[in-house]
Amino acid sequence: MSLTAEVARSQGALRTFLHGLPGVDQVGAEQRAAMLGTRSIKTTAKAQALDLAIRMVDLTTLEGSDTPGKVRALCAKAVRPDPADPTCPSAAAICVYPAMISVAAEALRGSGVHLASVATAFPSGQAPLDVKLADTRAAVADGADEIDMVIKRGAFLAGRYAEVHDEIVAVKEACGDAHLKVILETGELATLDNVRRASWLAMLAGADFIKTSTGKIQPAATLPVTLVMLEAVRDFRAATGRIIGVKPAGGIRTAKDAIKYLVMVNETAGPDWLDPDRFRFGASTLLNDLLMQRTKLATGHYAGPDYFTLD
Amino acid sequence: MDFQYAPAPESRSVVDIRSSYGLFINGAFVDGRGESFKSVNPATEEALADIAAASAEDVDAAVRAARHAFDTVWGPMPGRERAKYLFRIARIIQERARELAVLESLDNGKPIRESRDVDVPLVAAHFFYYAGWADKLPYAGFGPDPKPLGVAAQVIPWNFPLLMLAWKIAPALAAGNTVVLKPAETTPLTALLFAEICQQAELPPGVVNIITGAGDTGRLLVEHAGVDKVAFTGSTEVGRAIARAAAGTRKRLTLELGGKAANIVFDDAALDQAVEGVVNGIFFNQGHVCCAGSRLLLQESVAEEFLESLKRRMASLRVGDPLDKNTDVGAINSSAQLARIRQLSQIGEDEGAERWSAPCELPSRGYWFAPTIFTGVTQAHRIAREEIFGPVLSVLTFRTPDEAVEKANNTPYGLSAGIWTEKGSRILHIADKLRAGVVWANTFNKFDPTSPFGGYKESGYGREGGRHGLEAYLEH
Amino acid sequence: MSTESPARLAVRKTYKLYIGGAFPRSESGRSYQVHSASGAFLANAALGSRKDARDAVKAARAAVGKWSGATAYNRGQVLYRVAEVLEGRHEQFVSEVKAAEGGSRKEAAAQVDAAIDRWVWYAGWSDKIAQIHGGANPVAGPYFNLSAPEPTGVVAVVAPAGSSLLGLVSVIAPAIVTGNTVVVVASTDKPLPAISLTEVLATSDLPGGVVNVLTGKVAEIAPWLASHLDVNAIDLTGVTDDTLAKDLEVAAAENLKRVIRPADPDWNADPGVSRMLALLEIKTVWHPKGV
Repeated sequence: MSLTAEVARSQGALRTFLHGLPGVDQVGAEQRAAMLGTRSIKTTAKAQALDLAIRMVDLTTLEGSDTPGKVRALCAKAVRPDPADPTCPSAAAICVYPAMISVAAEALRGSGVHLASVATAFPSGQAPLDVKLADTRAAVADGADEIDMVIKRGAFLAGRYAEVHDEIVAVKEACGDAHLKVILETGELATLDNVRRASWLAMLAGADFIKTSTGKIQPAATLPVTLVMLEAVRDFRAATGRIIGVKPAGGIRTAKDAIKYLVMVNETAGPDWLDPDRFRFGASTLLNDLLMQRTKLATGHYAGPDYFTLD
Repeated sequence: MDFQYAPAPESRSVVDIRSSYGLFINGAFVDGRGESFKSVNPATEEALADIAAASAEDVDAAVRAARHAFDTVWGPMPGRERAKYLFRIARIIQERARELAVLESLDNGKPIRESRDVDVPLVAAHFFYYAGWADKLPYAGFGPDPKPLGVAAQVIPWNFPLLMLAWKIAPALAAGNTVVLKPAETTPLTALLFAEICQQAELPPGVVNIITGAGDTGRLLVEHAGVDKVAFTGSTEVGRAIARAAAGTRKRLTLELGGKAANIVFDDAALDQAVEGVVNGIFFNQGHVCCAGSRLLLQESVAEEFLESLKRRMASLRVGDPLDKNTDVGAINSSAQLARIRQLSQIGEDEGAERWSAPCELPSRGYWFAPTIFTGVTQAHRIAREEIFGPVLSVLTFRTPDEAVEKANNTPYGLSAGIWTEKGSRILHIADKLRAGVVWANTFNKFDPTSPFGGYKESGYGREGGRHGLEAYLEH
Repeated sequence: MSTESPARLAVRKTYKLYIGGAFPRSESGRSYQVHSASGAFLANAALGSRKDARDAVKAARAAVGKWSGATAYNRGQVLYRVAEVLEGRHEQFVSEVKAAEGGSRKEAAAQVDAAIDRWVWYAGWSDKIAQIHGGANPVAGPYFNLSAPEPTGVVAVVAPAGSSLLGLVSVIAPAIVTGNTVVVVASTDKPLPAISLTEVLATSDLPGGVVNVLTGKVAEIAPWLASHLDVNAIDLTGVTDDTLAKDLEVAAAENLKRVIRPADPDWNADPGVSRMLALLEIKTVWHPKGV
């Protein structure tokens, strides 16, 4: 029996497995993250990192005020982040609410930029399962090839791991060929031990990516949380051979921050994860800072926000 | 994707190294009467400066200057005034922090990340901490009116040149003593820059004297009849010789000597942090750390898994240019130390332990040694008993907590130890049983000016840091 | 045939060593004569040897675990019990101290009183010294950091040559109250109060081996203790010969023993805490604070 099947066979087995994972010492994890944050990435390495980071951005708008016009503008930005520079790569994906998928699908057609939609009663996840599954199926039918779901944090914190697990399994099935990103909402999980357990729970249930946050809860993505998730995907690969992606989302606003994450990916999970299929940034304002830094590196002088599109 | 970090060197231009340095006696730099020597950058083998060597007469002049300053200025000075001098020094250290860090890395070979983020900030913090004690000595617990001892002779090692200087000078001055300090032969430069800082602070002449030289100079200093107090940090062998030399003199003596610390990892440890702690425990400062966790004691039930993680982590260590901000492991401090590390490692192999070194490219010039572990080590191996003082970890295993404690304590040393387990009561039990002056539980190699540091058994006596650190410099 | 009883003959005490809670003769079979301050013969005392010193260190080392592992409260109770038992034998000690040190009975009684009170004083320190000399350190980081004193281990003590009881108690009590065990070389010329004190210790719930007392020549026994690698500290208070003291310090350097060598102590003064501190190690434990 595979690890996933064995562990998932009962609530008891899941609990035993998750609680048997090594603990995480918060202070130690934070220090490791801080130390990696002191890496100094310059010149050629910085150029390489900036382009990679751009290719990893899930350019996101998840607002009640989103309109087709706003979403179309964002899609254009994802496809050609810097219209003045054809060497600038596209972002990885656009991430929108289900209502905006068809608009985005139209705008992105043929661009190679992925289309992600949040689903499953984002951001709270507080809806019946059949509603969540319908939400997911509709999103995929409308053209999303990536689904960002939220886990039931209440059930997780109450220790009802099987309930969380089974729901992810069901959503994964509803996704069909679409990739499933499972949002742990680490800001609500409170401890790094929980982040590690939730990461494993999501991976065991079939997640293609594990994602930190909805962006609607503070704190969103942090370096220590991402460190623990990167350790989890590294260890999961060692145990099962499967490579799961990681997506920090929310709160990553500067190129400097993004590079810290890339250093962490490089030195924790390893170079295999330095790939937009395995690591993403859920962000909006980050992209412009990456572009400004990219221009600074190319031209040798500092850029200003007026020279980059606002969307 | 292959993500290579481009070189990110800290600028050397922030520090101005003179071509030659004299001795700092009575507030001024004077020529030494001994034969001068060169201080070398261990990363490049480039000579950095000519350094004066103090002769017997020079040592005598320094001790006399210190005595005079003690009798006429520093001893009679109210504590609140001494405090302000120390605060002033602390501030100047902060102002010139980058300069000190670069100079330390150049002269010592340690990574700039460590000299910048660990050594120099701790140096400033140490002066701040003891500055505050200078006018509060009656509250230190050593009697209502504790008195300074007089002139302190202080000899420090090359592994943390400026930090060890701070550990020695700050409490001595706070307590009202004057000092003659001898930095290590291979790392005198930051001490000499500190002498300039004393000048900038307008510290009265003779309160701090810095004399350079080799072991002979150190011996002349500690054996000088005019010193009241000897403080030494270095090898147990030299510490023993100093203790013998001080016999019958009634000089007060504190010694901070070698170690062979056990870092004990239980199977319920937070493994990722334990791996980090073990790496930090032995590869911090190239393992040139007396309290380094040089013996890893692994519970057998987790040994294999842990070693795999440890090797993977070691492979990511960045060995090279100490001034590169991304360097994790710098240069070995001297060719002599490199020879010793190589020799003991060879002995480890000859005795049948299995050697594994992190795959890394070492620079062609300079003194380098790849981070290395030995597995299959037993208590009988020399590499499990002798201090290597380099980036070499001996891995042993145990089955039960009692066995771990027994092995951890089975050494003449007793400086530090580490415990990794998520079980609180086990930590407290094991910490009680370990015969070591510093026990790091779920962390390692942490230092703070408020926290006393020092060893049991042959790791020396006396404590440095904290309120306890004052005791060595007070009559009580 | 006479019916008159002869005058009753007193039963004399045989003065032996005190090792591991037992009272053996010297393994060497030797003894030496002890005289009073006025020169009268008092007794034959055991002339301790190198091997007696070795046995005493072994007993002291064996006792470290239990004694240092006892609660401070328990050690305090035991020391107080020593005072109680000593008080009960007050008159005996007055006679012995007077015989050993000379002077008046009143002066000897003052010494005994002070010795009893000293046990009481130190008894109270057992559960306070850690509070005075240890504590939390406010480190600049997310760490719990606590320093606490621990006994250094086996302490060799050369007892004061002159003060046969008060001086002796003043060097033993501060060593053992914190959990050390001791091997004491009693005053060569005035050893009898020391041996009688061991009888008090043996009946005061003090575990065997915590205090071991040797009688004999300091110059013969002390060098073996000073060079013994299983002794952690040495108190040279009773060494009157400067050359010997220096030699002992040199020997003690071999394993970096902690050395106490005070200049001419006044046993009637407030002892302060420095003797206790000199035989304590500070252990500092760090632990991260996190969730």
